[in-house]
Amino acid sequence: MPGLSSTRELAPATVTPDASSTRWIDGLRPPRSPQVETRLYELLLRAARSEVGRRAGRLRLAGPELDDIAHQAAHDAMLAILRKLDTFRGESRFTTWAYKFVIFEVSGKVARHFWFRADEPLEAEHWGRLADRFGLSPEEAAESADLLAAVRRAVEEELTERQREVFVALVIDGVPADALAQRLDTNRNALYKTMFDARRKIRRFLVAHGHVSQGTGG
Amino acid sequence: MTGRHGPDDLLRFLQTDDRDAGCERTMELLHVYVESVLAGEDPESRFPGITVHLRNCGPCEEDFQGLLTAAGPR
Repeated sequence: MPGLSSTRELAPATVTPDASSTRWIDGLRPPRSPQVETRLYELLLRAARSEVGRRAGRLRLAGPELDDIAHQAAHDAMLAILRKLDTFRGESRFTTWAYKFVIFEVSGKVARHFWFRADEPLEAEHWGRLADRFGLSPEEAAESADLLAAVRRAVEEELTERQREVFVALVIDGVPADALAQRLDTNRNALYKTMFDARRKIRRFLVAHGHVSQGTGG
Repeated sequence: MTGRHGPDDLLRFLQTDDRDAGCERTMELLHVYVESVLAGEDPESRFPGITVHLRNCGPCEEDFQGLLTAAGPR
């Protein structure tokens, strides 16, 4: 079960922040230094623009929309950082910790944009797309027809309604996980756990029906 | 939830690993993991569950790449 593993990593111990991180923290604690706040916002905005640009190839967004997302992400990350400043434990540079907030903000805003742009309702589940989702050529799809049919049968017969809904949305319809989490009013972690259990059930079904050998990677 | 190419990848996608740390734990420690990578350390030995998770979760892997770029050398 993800996140509940007995091999779960220990949290890093709180350590004394390096000199640069200490200067950031001191400048952002009340009474805040406007110069430090401005400097941090500039860093966040630069990181947000870079991140939005990195993801832009997979988005149907134009320049001004991309920049708008970057500004919103930097602004919201700034607020979150100031709110959670006391949770910084010095186990990384302050800037790396701060960048994490802006990366997560970009993720969330890009996910919301998926639904803004999904101006037509998603098609009903279409199992023919399963082969496409895994990049199977027509020849490979024909050779793997039994396997693909077994996966479909496992989804239909073995999964709970919730697991089936999540599997179909993520795998068949190709909905981004963060976008689906927003639509289902849940979070990425909960969806991942749902999919983790679904994947395990499907694989067990494939093993039980001779499509996969127990204990093999395939 | 990850990039996929071919029937073997379908089977790999269905394979689960009990060491998987999950999204919540990975997001909590992502900045530490990234610094470990940037320092040239072996994050897999220190954070095996996160390494497993990043191999299996497209959105977390995407965030990891973004943070690695942001925090990396310019």
